[in-house]
Amino acid sequence: MPTVKFTYALRRFFPTLRDTPASGRTLKEVLTEMDQVYPGVKTYLIDEQGRLRQHVNIFIDGTIIKDRTLLSDPFPETGEIYIMQALSGG
Amino acid sequence: MHSTILLGTRKGLIAYTNNNGRWHVENFSFEGQPVSIAYADPRDGTWWACLDHGHWGVKLHRSTDRGAQWTEVPSPAYPEGEEVKDGVPAATRYIWSMAHGGTQQRSRLWLGTDPGGLFVSTNGGDSFQLVESLWHHPSRKTNWMGGGRDQPGIHSIVVDPRDEDHIHIGISCAGVFESTDAGQSWQVRNNGLKAEFLPDPDTNIGHDPHILVAAPTNPDILWQQNHCGIFRSTDGAQTWQDVSQPEGPARFGFAIAVADDDPNQAWVAPADSDMVRTAIKGALCICRTDDGGKSWKEYRKGLPQQNCFDIVYRHALAVSGDALVFGTTTGNLFYSPDRGESWQPLNNYLPMIYSVQFAE
Repeated sequence: MPTVKFTYALRRFFPTLRDTPASGRTLKEVLTEMDQVYPGVKTYLIDEQGRLRQHVNIFIDGTIIKDRTLLSDPFPETGEIYIMQALSGG
Repeated sequence: MHSTILLGTRKGLIAYTNNNGRWHVENFSFEGQPVSIAYADPRDGTWWACLDHGHWGVKLHRSTDRGAQWTEVPSPAYPEGEEVKDGVPAATRYIWSMAHGGTQQRSRLWLGTDPGGLFVSTNGGDSFQLVESLWHHPSRKTNWMGGGRDQPGIHSIVVDPRDEDHIHIGISCAGVFESTDAGQSWQVRNNGLKAEFLPDPDTNIGHDPHILVAAPTNPDILWQQNHCGIFRSTDGAQTWQDVSQPEGPARFGFAIAVADDDPNQAWVAPADSDMVRTAIKGALCICRTDDGGKSWKEYRKGLPQQNCFDIVYRHALAVSGDALVFGTTTGNLFYSPDRGESWQPLNNYLPMIYSVQFAE
């Protein structure tokens, strides 16, 4: 069962965020699952067309995902899915 | 005069309250977060904050206790599969305008967005739906373009208080559109405007009205600070007349405000040309007309007159009775108690100011 980890920056909006096990088989399913645990968090990560937001990154076991549109990158059963923000802005 | 001033800034929402003639900060919310529009609904006093998170997308919050507590509500979202242009999926990138639907339509609220969608709520803002008739207007994909932002955006929503189904909107870049049936159908209202940046300046669609406002005492008189000058209409936007000073300073700029009690009195905040976009010759002025744009007078008393780079964004100039207030791109907030004839700084060293509104 993969574990989802979140950047600390999201705790401002979702104070109860913590490392969370997921059972979904695709990234899309995992994000939907996280949205059930932390209502609303999905809209912070993907837009209404399902694309990863421009300044959000997802790493699977330390490697950044390739498919930001369909979120089709596979992950191993015991993988770590790390959701972080791009370090941009000012 | 209203006793509250609401600011949307690049680093949060700031509210000032007047007590015994002095303005002080009553509330500071969303510290560090860009607030594209801070809006107080005059019907019930609800405050709205349109957030433009750089990372997490556009969000919408409201408060019924003057900013003490905020609740996030679903932000406007484009239906699945909608496109800005062929192959470019549509997602809300910015909330650029907000307006209430009137005193007869108490649950109606309008939102204008980049990339060009108008949204309406009929349940007091619990949810917003895309106004499909405008989104599917035959001109949108082919004739609308970015202006001020990379994609087309709706920055102005003007509701006629005599008939709340009658609205005008301003789109950069497309121009002015009018609906008389609460947004079910639309007519283009750009007759008389100039788009000097296009191959055909007299094009029907493709104009850049930086902001559109109507005179409260006569909503058939509309004003716009356009990319290509200041335009006024006396026939409900059927035709527009250029009322700019040919050599300025009342010509290029972003903001315009009309007096509460006089449809012929208006103010603009001039900026150097679209190629420069700073205060003209390093000096800030506000121009006022008292005769419907036939003549303009410059007012500089109390405003910086050297080494100044401030300009005023399109939603950052407001009027209430004799009082005016404007906020600048370099974070200065100026107040006038005498219809713009003299000014005093209310606050310096603020973040870039996106919106200014007088409220109760």
